[in-house]
Amino acid sequence: MELVRKWVQVIFGLLTNANWAFPFTRSIYQGPLKVLCAPGLNCYSCPAATTYCPIGSLQNILGGIRISLANSQYFFGLSVIGGMGVLGAMFGRMICGWACPFGFIQELLHKIPSRKFFIPRPLNYGKYVMLLGVVILMPLVLVDEFGGSSPWFCKLICPAGTLEAGLPMLLLQPNLVNTIGLLFYNKLTILILIIVWSVIASRPFCRTICPLGGFYALLNRFRLVKLTLDSTRCTNCKACHHVCPMEVKFNENPDDPECISCMACMHRACKFEAISIEIGGIPLKSSSRAKGRAPREDAAAIH
Amino acid sequence: MSSEKKSEHHRIRKGPFILLSLFLLLWIAGVATGEPARVLEQAVQVCLSCIGIG
Repeated sequence: MELVRKWVQVIFGLLTNANWAFPFTRSIYQGPLKVLCAPGLNCYSCPAATTYCPIGSLQNILGGIRISLANSQYFFGLSVIGGMGVLGAMFGRMICGWACPFGFIQELLHKIPSRKFFIPRPLNYGKYVMLLGVVILMPLVLVDEFGGSSPWFCKLICPAGTLEAGLPMLLLQPNLVNTIGLLFYNKLTILILIIVWSVIASRPFCRTICPLGGFYALLNRFRLVKLTLDSTRCTNCKACHHVCPMEVKFNENPDDPECISCMACMHRACKFEAISIEIGGIPLKSSSRAKGRAPREDAAAIH
Repeated sequence: MSSEKKSEHHRIRKGPFILLSLFLLLWIAGVATGEPARVLEQAVQVCLSCIGIG
């Protein structure tokens, strides 16, 4: 299953970045596909990007809300929130685990041999601060003399934008070098820190900073496709704790907002078939699981 | 037999469908106001401030 997930990540990475002609055109894709919402965090100024980044678009729309209203245009970001929400209601953070290119990059970085560290759980709330404070409130509140604002998360923080768009654009259009300043060096520093952190900890950006991950995390409990725990089969052996890349204790909280449904717990840890995948309440593996007895029943029979 | 049937009966969760409908309505409302054209207009331009340049 892990191999399948890796292939799905590669395919989604290539589909959302399918403009492979960029080394020749030396610019970004400008076709109609850019009206589609990327499921993961993928900068639309990346030369290869074929879809729009929901976080970038939302900030741009919210930042221009005063100007739009002055022109009798009622752009509140509803189509962007709706697009993100439909994806989130279906898959929640499964998107982080299966379809986000920047999540995939962090996973690859974490494979580099080194001493590994845990991430303190309170830091996970950082992504909600980013979503509410930097992505939603700052573009609405911090406006210039013309009533417009900036995509602050992209401008000040987003390491995915620096990696996927900033650095490639500097290579493709060397004249842009003259325009780089403190903002770029700030973002480059953040990117380097995230790269180092990804080597020593699992998916640090997804867990502590990513506002899109924060949005999907809010919907994780209610999503259509999710992993579920059969408490009659679970022996609380805690094997699922040790394989989870997000440090989720699945047997204690199957609806944890951090669960990216990578299925490592289901396939690599649980020996009792206590974890399965369900769609809208219907377990996908119900027929095979019905054949065996629950471990607790086996234990009761022995005693 | 009856307990087996009972275990096979699963309750369909309504939450995801309510959320899907809600977000679909939001998306339709956004599309109706012509927002995708605005999104496309932004997405086809290199956003220099988005990538930390300029």
